[in-house]
Amino acid sequence: MDIDRIDQIIDRHQCEASSLIQILLDIQSENHWLSKEALTRVGEKLQVPFTRIQHIATFYKAFSLVPKGRHEVHICVGTACHVRGATRILDTVKDVTGIMPGETDMDLKFSLETVNCLGCCALGPVVEIDGKVHGKMSPGETADVLKNYE
Amino acid sequence: MSQINSPAELDAFRKGILAKRDPETPCISICAGAGCIASGADEVIAAFEAEIGAQGLAANVVTKGTGCPGFCERGPIVVIYPEEICYLGVTAEDVPEIITETIKEKRVVDRLLFEDPATGEKAVHESDIPFYRNQERNVICNNIKIDSKSIDDYLALDGYSALAKALTGMTDEEVLEEVKKSNLRGRGGAGFPAGIKWEGSRNAAEKTKYVIVNADEGDPGAFMDRALLEGNPHSILEGLIIGGYAIGAHEGYIYVRQEYPLAVENITLAIEQAGAYGLIGKNILGSGFDFKVIVHQGAGAFVCGESTALMTALEGRVGEPRPKYVRSNIKGLWNRPSVLNNVETWANVPLIINKGADWFTQIGTEGSKGTKIFSLVGKINNTGLVEVPMGISLKDIIFKIGGGIPNGKAFKAVQTGGPSGGCIPADQLDLEVGFDELTRAGSMMGSGGMIVMDEDTCMVDVARYFINFLTDESCGKCVPCREGLRQMHKILTDITEGNGKEGDIERLEQLAEAAREASLCALGKSAPNPFFSTLRYFRDEYEAHIREKRCPALSCKELIAYYIDPDKCRACMICARKCPVNAIEGGKKTIHVVDQEKCTRCGTCFEVCPARFNAVTKISGQPVPAPIPVKERTISRKSK
Amino acid sequence: MSDFHLEIDGNKVGVKEGETILEAAQQAGIYIPTLCHHEKLEPFGGCRMCIVEVESRGRTKLVVSCVYPAEAGLVVRTRSEKIDRIRKTILELLMAHAPDSPPLVALAKEYGANKDQFEKESSFCIHCGLCVRYCEEVKKNYAVGFVDRGVRKEISFIPEIAAKVCNDCKECFPLCPTSYLQATFVLTESLAFPTVP
Ligand SMILES: Cc1cc2nc3c(=O)[nH]c(=O)nc-3n(C[C@H](O)[C@H](O)[C@H](O)COP(=O)(O)O)c2cc1C
Ligand code: SF4
Ligand code: SF4
Ligand code: FES
Repeated sequence: MDIDRIDQIIDRHQCEASSLIQILLDIQSENHWLSKEALTRVGEKLQVPFTRIQHIATFYKAFSLVPKGRHEVHICVGTACHVRGATRILDTVKDVTGIMPGETDMDLKFSLETVNCLGCCALGPVVEIDGKVHGKMSPGETADVLKNYE
Repeated sequence: MSQINSPAELDAFRKGILAKRDPETPCISICAGAGCIASGADEVIAAFEAEIGAQGLAANVVTKGTGCPGFCERGPIVVIYPEEICYLGVTAEDVPEIITETIKEKRVVDRLLFEDPATGEKAVHESDIPFYRNQERNVICNNIKIDSKSIDDYLALDGYSALAKALTGMTDEEVLEEVKKSNLRGRGGAGFPAGIKWEGSRNAAEKTKYVIVNADEGDPGAFMDRALLEGNPHSILEGLIIGGYAIGAHEGYIYVRQEYPLAVENITLAIEQAGAYGLIGKNILGSGFDFKVIVHQGAGAFVCGESTALMTALEGRVGEPRPKYVRSNIKGLWNRPSVLNNVETWANVPLIINKGADWFTQIGTEGSKGTKIFSLVGKINNTGLVEVPMGISLKDIIFKIGGGIPNGKAFKAVQTGGPSGGCIPADQLDLEVGFDELTRAGSMMGSGGMIVMDEDTCMVDVARYFINFLTDESCGKCVPCREGLRQMHKILTDITEGNGKEGDIERLEQLAEAAREASLCALGKSAPNPFFSTLRYFRDEYEAHIREKRCPALSCKELIAYYIDPDKCRACMICARKCPVNAIEGGKKTIHVVDQEKCTRCGTCFEVCPARFNAVTKISGQPVPAPIPVKERTISRKSK
Repeated sequence: MSDFHLEIDGNKVGVKEGETILEAAQQAGIYIPTLCHHEKLEPFGGCRMCIVEVESRGRTKLVVSCVYPAEAGLVVRTRSEKIDRIRKTILELLMAHAPDSPPLVALAKEYGANKDQFEKESSFCIHCGLCVRYCEEVKKNYAVGFVDRGVRKEISFIPEIAAKVCNDCKECFPLCPTSYLQATFVLTESLAFPTVP
């Protein structure tokens, strides 16, 4: 993401320090991660110390300081999914992809995250891949679904 | 569209909308809430549009993607007006039949109706389905009637009439008095009376004040705020503007989590639409009252649902709670008086203004008035959102509305109040639901999550699960929460993994006391609740894990083994084929055996073993019987 | 000159408007243990060691004295069985991180805390935030900050800034109740400026 684009986003928020989180969210959603250059630029323009930006970028779960994989796998571990066996689904995904929640594999194929509730409790346990929700999953089905992604 | 400048113009405009709508025109409402979308509602909507086009009905039929009506278990849900025929579990393949039969021929498609599992009786209308029949739906009822992106739909159902009444028919003080009289208590957490909170802000000296919607909805397993925001965003806006008027705030904020993109989209659109009609902005409805609304997205931190952390986040900073001992309705956002209420609290306000506090207080119990939306999830037949009058019993919610526990299992406990709530056991099912009643039972109302657990749920694991969640979500500022939960989580994990020691319960109690008494914010203060309540009602389960290394619910992975009963195995080979790690030995006409070394205890074999054989069992707290010798494994089937 | 009075451990203590209970106690020579408090810094309220019991209008509650504003007529108790128990737990939790920290060892003696009560943690930092806040509030250098949250929270030097300012300052080092801060700085320094072999 180039500096001009970052500046545009900052300007859209009137360069207000109170919009810092909103600006980072916009950059994250366009670029899928926050590079050090992006954070530094935001800090300069808003005149916010880098320590504070770094704390924000690591405090909130929505931000990533490393590039994400091509496919974002979200395992719902909300209470409803938990009592319906989400842990077993998560274990399966960990086995198949070889990564832990919060990680991205070496080929940048999958990024794995756990999420706390996708609001589809009726369909638990739920796996969301690139925004598509797969409901009522079993460990076996989960492994099968993951095979469809390149 | 030109601005609406007075209540009279609003009325005229509403009449205009209604005049253009023929109530006899068939209208197909399709739930486009998150649950139904996940079950394929998008394809259903597309199929309806295609089919209506193909049959040349576009001019005579209206279709709507609406908010969630709550019966997520049976989605996608389609309701056809004016007859109010309710179809459940609709797929794209059903669409041509619905158009031909129901829309053209006015005949009901029987197989898509709700069928009572007990009596086999079919229900044509929503209101005939037991799930709905036993509810009292005042707040969420319009979700299925409104295209969530249409302000005209909201206006057609009398939307913004409460705002008109408040702004031009009542003084700000009268509005406040009405809300106070209604005894509306907060729907998001502690159940604090909204009117009293409002009054504090109103009376504060500082002139600039704020009203804020808490739409952070971080409780895992709760999605009522989401349903309201996505489905009926104008009702929340209307409540917020009325609140602003009552306390003298001209700026409102909506703090909504970014994990709810559709909610963000719909509320943002609603604000634009209301602005275009002059229902937000300068001199609203000619009353002289100005109000603007700003949407702020949460970036993923449960603690930001806490009032002071939320306000810190709104200021663009790290969402750590403030250590101050001043209420945020006096010194909140930017140190100014700020009223923060939950989505559902705000959505109740227009109803109270329109129908009056007296109407509102007729519903509910002495201390808890009105209705409450619960999200009923977990081991329950009818997962979904239910709106019930306060004072209804847990039993009625779980069995009459929720349809009981699936697969004939026994009810064990219901967890209410979100991660820092508590578990209520079977012998208290008659408990009346209300703020104080739930607190007395060792739980709380919280935001209205209701997670049902059956005999297969391990209560120590439940405590571990919630403490794990809270450890992950603790902001890390204060020691009793950050360090206390860290250690509690370690001890609980040890117990569920079979490494529990004598003294663990006492150490947990020590940590829980420190967190409850000394934490900075309510996250830490209430975090031990899941431990306290499970210990209070299920101490024997803790002791079984620690002393006998046994999980009574047969749930904790490290404490159970899967075993195939050689007398029952019929060598159907299904389990061996499905086992993801090939831990099952066996073959044609050969009794199957689980290799305990290889088994990862994923439970697949247990699930796939046909019910008529029921050969796979779980064992805990005792050694697994030795596998039967290879030469005895052959099954000689008797010939007929 | 004092504006009004309150009672701490039975002593009548004069205070000025805007002072905290801790400040009032300190002026009266009454000791309350603290770990994250520093008179030059804004109250933080993180360690919760300074917790006391206050009684006002007939109700008793536990509050942290470094934040709670002194009010006229307040009755404060700085020790009780419960307060001591909570302080002991806090100390035991922190000693899972820094078992040999001199201030913790001293307090542990007073409160009977066992440094081995809980499983040890790898990081020595007790997150009192003194270094971070001092650098930010007093020096305005912003060379060290917190990252992440909850149990993963850590301090982190910004190498570019630290390289420029820290060597001449180092004022935060003596504030740290553990040996962690200096070690982290040395590490940052060595990573930012690896000595050419
Ligand atoms: C850790 C924590 C998380 C919370 N999360 C939420 C939330 O997601 N939504 C909400 O409305 N209230 C939440 N609350 C409660 C709020 O602090 C606050 O009490 C509430 O929003 C006030 O509104 P009400 O009086 O209308 O309930 C949370 C509280 C705590 C301590
Ligand atoms: S109780 Fe927990 S969440 Fe609240 S301030 Fe303390 S560490 Fe943060
Ligand atoms: S490094 Fe030392 S001074 Fe800084 S927060 Fe940690 S314990 Fe406190
Ligand atoms: S000194 Fe008061 S909380 Fe640390």
